[in-house]
Amino acid sequence: MKLSYFPGCTLKNHARNFEDSTLYAMDRLGVEVVELDRWNCCGTVYSLSADDLMRQVAPIRNLLRTRERGDSQLMTGCSMCFNTLKRANHRARANAEDLARMNDFMYDEPVDYAGDVDVLHVLEVVRDQIGFDAIRERVVKPLEGLRVACYYGCMLVRPNEAAIDDAENPRVLEDLITVLGGEPVDFSHKTECCGAHQTVDKPEIVADKTYEILGAAKAQGADTVAVSCPLCAFNLDHRQETTLKIHADFHTMPVVYFSQLMAIALGGSESVLRLDLHHTPLGPLLVGKGLL
Amino acid sequence: MTVFVSRDKINSGFTAKVQRLADQNLMACYQCGKCSAGCPMAAYMDIPPNQMIRLAQLGMEDELLSCEAIWLCVSCMTCNMRCPKGVRIAELIESMRQIKLRTRQDHLQVENISEADLRAIPPIALIGSMRKFTS
Ligand code: SF4
Ligand code: SF4
Ligand code: SF4
Ligand code: SF4
Repeated sequence: MKLSYFPGCTLKNHARNFEDSTLYAMDRLGVEVVELDRWNCCGTVYSLSADDLMRQVAPIRNLLRTRERGDSQLMTGCSMCFNTLKRANHRARANAEDLARMNDFMYDEPVDYAGDVDVLHVLEVVRDQIGFDAIRERVVKPLEGLRVACYYGCMLVRPNEAAIDDAENPRVLEDLITVLGGEPVDFSHKTECCGAHQTVDKPEIVADKTYEILGAAKAQGADTVAVSCPLCAFNLDHRQETTLKIHADFHTMPVVYFSQLMAIALGGSESVLRLDLHHTPLGPLLVGKGLL
Repeated sequence: MTVFVSRDKINSGFTAKVQRLADQNLMACYQCGKCSAGCPMAAYMDIPPNQMIRLAQLGMEDELLSCEAIWLCVSCMTCNMRCPKGVRIAELIESMRQIKLRTRQDHLQVENISEADLRAIPPIALIGSMRKFTS
């Protein structure tokens, strides 16, 4: 299987651990991942204004780049990029007049976008194209005894037109952890927002959210929280420093990308995990569980 | 909060503008409060989401454009998914932010972000914040 891939900017720097582990896992699962050679930032947030078609152009251009390769599917790992690309695509497909105007903005593109590219999240590829059975066969180091709280945040499950699973009780991450040999815990806060971009000028709000979300995970006996978004990762991991200052009874907890758990179970070495990018160290937990 | 309802405010055009920018019908809201009940930011807001919608129905432009709440909403879409009337609250709040941003009244002063923060905070957060808070 061969898939076009959109990394997004954060996976190229702060979230290198997410990208390296994803690419390793895909390779182990026999998926050839081809990065678009001229991708641009998707704009991060989906533009909600009815008249603001200009800001839909950035995500749509990446779909044109996919078409240029002769491909009709574009995979991304960053939940936020996924959400923005998928919703822009939905708007283009659902409204011919909007699509025509978007194409008018892109006068320098040799061909118009026709709404014919599907946007896929890595987790959808894992569940629907590779399949859990095929993954189970390739697990060489089961995540035995690792209790994982699966955190979806917002962007994988809301709104409906971008959701990859049930909005209130998604299961795909839990199913994946189970296949990898780990133990998913019941998690009340799996779709509770972490505060998103408030982290820039109101980190104390994000610290409250981190306290609640990681506290709920801890109460269920989780060893770690698995995420799929570099912003969730930054807020839940790096903002633990602020959280400790505000909430004296806070217990720190390592945060892990679901792709890192895949890489470990599929036999990856420490180099694809990029543990140096974590704030609360993940290494000691993995060593303690015999996974490193 | 005490507000005074007047025909002038209701007919001022603010309500229509918010509806147009969001492509939503404000009048569909029947004030059940479900949007506020599940909002992760409601505890920090000076005006909770359902009240923002009510004030917008009544054309309360000054109250809404000067409140903190419109900037606290993170477009997490929880309210949209749960509203029994199908009102897209997140789009309505975005349109109120847009009315400020389109007159160059930015909420975030980028020059005030420290060098250290610019290095430490990932682009996904910085760009998201600039997209939401600057013109
Ligand atoms: S959403 Fe973020 S990480 Fe994704 S491309 Fe845009 S800015 Fe980059
Ligand atoms: S939880 Fe926060 S950072 Fe994560 S997807 Fe939601 S808004 Fe984004
Ligand atoms: S959930 Fe919908 S109907 Fe209920 S108060 Fe909010 S906007 Fe109005
Ligand atoms: S979109 Fe905004 S108002 Fe709605 S629940 Fe999320 S933060 Fe609250």
